[in-house]
This record gives sequence, structure tokens and C-alpha cells, in this order.
Amino acid sequence: MAQFTRGFGSRRRDADPDLPPGQYLTTDFPVLSAGPTPRIPLSEWSFSIRTETGETARWSWDEFTALPSEEVSTDIHCVTRWSKLGTSWRGVALDTLFEEVETSFDYVMAHSYGGYTTNVPLEDLLDGKAWIAYEFDGEPLDPEHGGPARLLVPHLYFWKSAKWVRGLVMQQHDDPGFWEQNGYHLRGDPWLEERYW
Amino acid sequence: MRTTGWLAARIAAVRPTTSHARVLTLDVPGWPGNDPGQHLDIRLTAEDGYQAERSYSIASSGPGERVELAVDTVPDGEVSPYLVDVAEVGDMLEVKGPLGAYFVWHESDPDPVQLVAGGSGIVPLLAMARAHDRSESPVPFRLLYSVRSPDDALYRDEILDLAGRSLDLTWAYTRAAPEGWPEPVGRLTPDRVAAATWPPARHPLTFICGPTRFVEAAADAMVAAGHDPARVRTERFGG
Repeated sequence: MAQFTRGFGSRRRDADPDLPPGQYLTTDFPVLSAGPTPRIPLSEWSFSIRTETGETARWSWDEFTALPSEEVSTDIHCVTRWSKLGTSWRGVALDTLFEEVETSFDYVMAHSYGGYTTNVPLEDLLDGKAWIAYEFDGEPLDPEHGGPARLLVPHLYFWKSAKWVRGLVMQQHDDPGFWEQNGYHLRGDPWLEERYW
Repeated sequence: MRTTGWLAARIAAVRPTTSHARVLTLDVPGWPGNDPGQHLDIRLTAEDGYQAERSYSIASSGPGERVELAVDTVPDGEVSPYLVDVAEVGDMLEVKGPLGAYFVWHESDPDPVQLVAGGSGIVPLLAMARAHDRSESPVPFRLLYSVRSPDDALYRDEILDLAGRSLDLTWAYTRAAPEGWPEPVGRLTPDRVAAATWPPARHPLTFICGPTRFVEAAADAMVAAGHDPARVRTERFGG
């Protein structure tokens, strides 16, 4: 039973069916990360996927951006409660990347330049659910927002969409990543309010 | 300290700390205590059931069921204007927490601490400075606090008091400084950040909190000065 708060409610916003519970709309693009923004020259950038056998698929920037890319229009939801609707991205679908990868493991740890990690079940990355995005609103992705490239998993809270992503490592178990070790939920579905453990 | 569900909280005290921010003390039966630097979620429920939730940094730490927040008005905001302008002693709301285990200072940490605050970003850093002042910790604490003008500093008197005892303090003013102030007024430059913070050789743990642009600039300046990015922790206000 919620506790009524005297005098609150006069400034309410219109409810929006696209907003998960507990979220509010923002029209700017907040920046949240745990440390300084890494800046990675494209000549030094690479992205890799490593499997349980140690086999590693790796792409340089030129190789990566030569892959078939998709335009993605989607809503994004941050665990700190802002949501931004109808954002526009370009990136490579994880389905495309995993065409070259053989694995029997069900979980992924995403690793970022700067040391950030986040764990995601593989099934949350496939079937058109996730991308490695390198453009936002038709422009190269700004370093503050994770450029050169970030993971984009819009159906989960945005801390799963690892900024400055450099690779994925397949893992047998759903071991927690950085924020998951620091109090956030192992999966993070905004519609289920999977915010904290 | 695990996260529980929503806890009922009663506003026990309110006091202004600037013309646009105020300190709220909450009584929260069942609050498990918190570490300095953690935050909580607030939920407000209107009489017709409409709810709004936001996260706020906690200015207090340690055991006990009293929790102190400081809330700055976000123009056109939905929750902060209520908390700053409408809420009174005795009003009820709900909180969940404490949250966050990363942007936290532990008394046992052996390294010097550098705090860098922009505006109301002082709140979790004040929790750390207070905890350090109360503790037996011998490590030095240093604060660089950037505000628009002297009157815009949250907790100004208390910070000056701490600066007389346990805190090395540098003010940076972005719009208006006290008369005769020797430093330039304006946004922090990398040189000013470097001059007002521990050098990398002291191996400090740095906590930076404030609006996004401020945090980006301050964190970039610390990295440019030679600090290990992994030793620079940031908390950004959205927007």
C-alpha cells in the first residue's frame, strides 16, 4: 500500500503507455558512467567475440563498419528513471556477428575500454534484439555516449548497453558484471522493474 | 545491507541551504543505515494514485533510522520542486535503499581522497567528508567545490567548519566570487583542476559529482593531469 504524499501531484505529466513503470520522459540525452570518458582512436579500436574454446573473432574499425548495418529506432530506459523515446541509431546486429561464432555457452560478458563490464544472456542479444551501434541521429557516436561503438540492448535497462565496448566473452554462467556486482539486478528488464538485487 | 522494498518515511525537519535548495531530514523506520556516498530512491504518491520516483544522494551515513538529503530545484522538474517548495515537516513519502556500492568511501581505505563537486553534486561528497571528520582515518581529504556564487554553495557553513578541521578546501566560482577573490571567475580549466587537487604521485582516490558537463570536464582534467582513470569515480546528474 503506497503512502500518500500530501500536496503532491499538481505538476503531473501525462502518462505515456511507452513508459515502463517508475520512468519519466526526457528529451535530452543524459550521460551516466562510473568514471572518466575513454577516447579510443579508430586506428586502435577493435571488437572481438571469444568463445569457450579460446577462438576469437575480431574486427578492426574498417572491417566492422564494412559489415551490413541496420538503422534502429527504439526507446531507451535508464535505471536512474529517465526514458528517451524514438532514438535513432545505426549499428551491426549481434545476429550478424554471431554468424561467425560457434558456442554452446548461454551467457555473455561485455567488456569495455576503460574496464567496464556487464553480463547479458545470449538470448537477449539475438533475434534482432541487440546491436553494436556506432551512429546516433545520423552522426558518429559521441565519446560521452559510448563512441566509437557501444552495445545497444534497448529492451533492458541502459547500463546493459555497454559504452566503449571492445568485446564479448562467452561464459557458462550468468556471472555479474560491474554494476551487477555493485547492487544492480542480474538481468534488468525495465517493464519488470528489475533495478536492484 | 541489502535493498529491501519501499519504506515509509516521515519528514522530520526541513531547512533551506540556498535560495533554491533545502536539506530534508527523514525518519525512516527500518532504514538499515548506509555508507557515505550511497543514494536512495524516493517515491511520491498523489491522492489519486499517480506516482513519481527519483534517485537522490544521501548526505548522511552510518547506522540509525534518520536520513538526510539535500535537494536542489530542477527548473521544470516534477519531484524536486515539490520537495523544495511544498513538503513540510510531518509529510509522508516512501524511500528505497540504500543503493550503490561503488561511489562510496570506506574508512579503512588507506589512500588520500580528492572530492570534486559541482553545485548540488556536493551531497554524496559531504557524506564522505562528514564520515571522514568523525572517523579515526588519518588519510587527508581535499575538496574542490565549484559553484556559481558563494550563495549557491549547499552546506556552505558546515563545509567551512570542516575546512577548519579535517578538510583541505578550494572554492571555484563560475559566475560571481566574493569581493577581492584572487582566482578568476569562470568554468574550471584543466590547469585550475590540477592546481587544486592532489598530484598523481599521492595516488588519491577521486570522487567527482555534479552535472554531466562539469563531471566530464573535471574527470578529463584529472586524467590529463596523469591520474589513473580507474582511480577516478564519477557520478553524473542526468541532463
